[in-house]
Amino acid sequence: MADIDIQHLANLAQLELSQQEISVVGEDLQRIMIMVDQMQAIDTSNVEPLAHPLDARQRLRPDQITETIERDLYQQGAPATADGLYLVPRVVE
Amino acid sequence: MSWESVIGLEVHVQLATNSKIFSGAPTAFGAEPNTQACVVDLGLPGVLPVLNEEAVRMAVKFGLAIGAEIHPYSVFDRKNYFYPDLPKGYQISQFEQPIVGRGSLTVHVEGCEPQQVGITRAHLEEDAGKSIHDAYAGLTGIDLNRTGTPLLEVVSEPDLRTAAEAAAYFRQLHSLVRYLKICDGNLAEGSMRCDANVSVRRVGDPELGVRAEIKNINSFRFVEMAITYEIERQIELLESGGTVARDTRLYDAERNETRSMRSKELSNDYRYFPDPDLLPIELDQSFIDAVAADLPELPEAKLKRYVAQLELSDYDAAWLTQDPEVAEFFEAVFAQAGNAKLAANWVMGELSAALNKAELSIAESPVPAATLGELLQRIADGTVSGKIAKGLFDTLWQSGGDVDTIIASEGLQQVTDSGEIQAMVDEIVAANPDQVAQFLSGKDKVFGFFVGQVMKASKGKANPAQVNELLRAALKK
Repeated sequence: MADIDIQHLANLAQLELSQQEISVVGEDLQRIMIMVDQMQAIDTSNVEPLAHPLDARQRLRPDQITETIERDLYQQGAPATADGLYLVPRVVE
Repeated sequence: MSWESVIGLEVHVQLATNSKIFSGAPTAFGAEPNTQACVVDLGLPGVLPVLNEEAVRMAVKFGLAIGAEIHPYSVFDRKNYFYPDLPKGYQISQFEQPIVGRGSLTVHVEGCEPQQVGITRAHLEEDAGKSIHDAYAGLTGIDLNRTGTPLLEVVSEPDLRTAAEAAAYFRQLHSLVRYLKICDGNLAEGSMRCDANVSVRRVGDPELGVRAEIKNINSFRFVEMAITYEIERQIELLESGGTVARDTRLYDAERNETRSMRSKELSNDYRYFPDPDLLPIELDQSFIDAVAADLPELPEAKLKRYVAQLELSDYDAAWLTQDPEVAEFFEAVFAQAGNAKLAANWVMGELSAALNKAELSIAESPVPAATLGELLQRIADGTVSGKIAKGLFDTLWQSGGDVDTIIASEGLQQVTDSGEIQAMVDEIVAANPDQVAQFLSGKDKVFGFFVGQVMKASKGKANPAQVNELLRAALKK
């Protein structure tokens, strides 16, 4: 059985979980891991890894400017803006 | 016991497309904040990326130029991390199946044999936005204009052993992408950014030491300085009994030191997986062949041709081929002048000095290549002397004009009429009996005085070889 570090995953996902949530999520993930382990047991050494379920290739787009940019409209949904910039809580660098 | 440093570089090359890698928004530098970020770049719900064909073509072009294997099948992955200037919460990149495989680049370090540096891979990805930390109290400003700009990340093997080699490699890469016209090469605007992985080990130790990664160095000089500092820091640490921590560092050019980035202390866990929004890239051989047919002469081939065919020195050839615009200018001058050495001397000497003084690039030269070529043609065919040509060059630089017209109107033709030169020689010899006596008593140095006097009398226009010959004859009488 895989040892899942829920707190680590929560940090990566930027989620704040209570102790109770951590144990509930932990149990859910354990069950999911059982299924994953079953799949892992299948011998796939002769199978090409599947990058995409669709059997098609990427369409390419000509290098042309086709978008009009409505900054004011887009920024209406932002909590804070100034001088055309989006403002977010200070990121320590 | 002595130490050896091991260096590998990851260089982000910003591809010079008109539009973003996955959207039709413009990529021009310096626009008002957030006026070049469309809904796809902002990662709004429901949008889908569509791959720019030109970005793919540029990646293939680069791969072919470094003799790399072009993978006909490659995959885009999501690299997951949270940062405010990455609106989707992931960067679209290539992880396990990059478009360009293993290749190499020939690097020239002054005073050393040319060296082959291995390139592990090059992959396509999108750039993130920009964070502005200092302008707003307690807040960070986010400009997403750069978001989605196509990047080619070029990863070298840990083949580099000195800071000078690393800088030379970066320079060579810069030269190559400009030849290929896949990047504008503007380091100040961040068009090429370099991360350096640096470690040290005892000479002879087969194991690599623990490495530090220096992020985002954006000049040739800083690459050399940052790596030099980092090597010394690690050696000092190890010699005083400490250990090198594997960390990510920033180079502070003002203090000339590298510092650990606290924000990257948490170990990276990017959880790459294939991006379900993008299908795999499949390239037909005809696509690759078409790109190959379109490759220009590469800097290394050009350098070798200059040495072999034009009989230029290694130094001159390297100087002239570093920048494709310089090489193009030189070739246009040479085509007109017909004399490679003369063309090289003038481009590297007179022209380069004038451009430096005026702070102009060669493309902005007030004297066009064809005009300089005509001027050199007139030196080569003896119409004007080298000295007169320099004055003429100044005139062309200041006020332009046609070479032959100026020569005719200013009467600058070299005097090659031996009768005319003879008359001047006779006059100078007659006017300076003391110096004649000195010369005859064995003071050979006085000969220079006579040459100078005759050239002065001819206002610099007498053919120097003829002056020499006629003077010797006259003085021996």
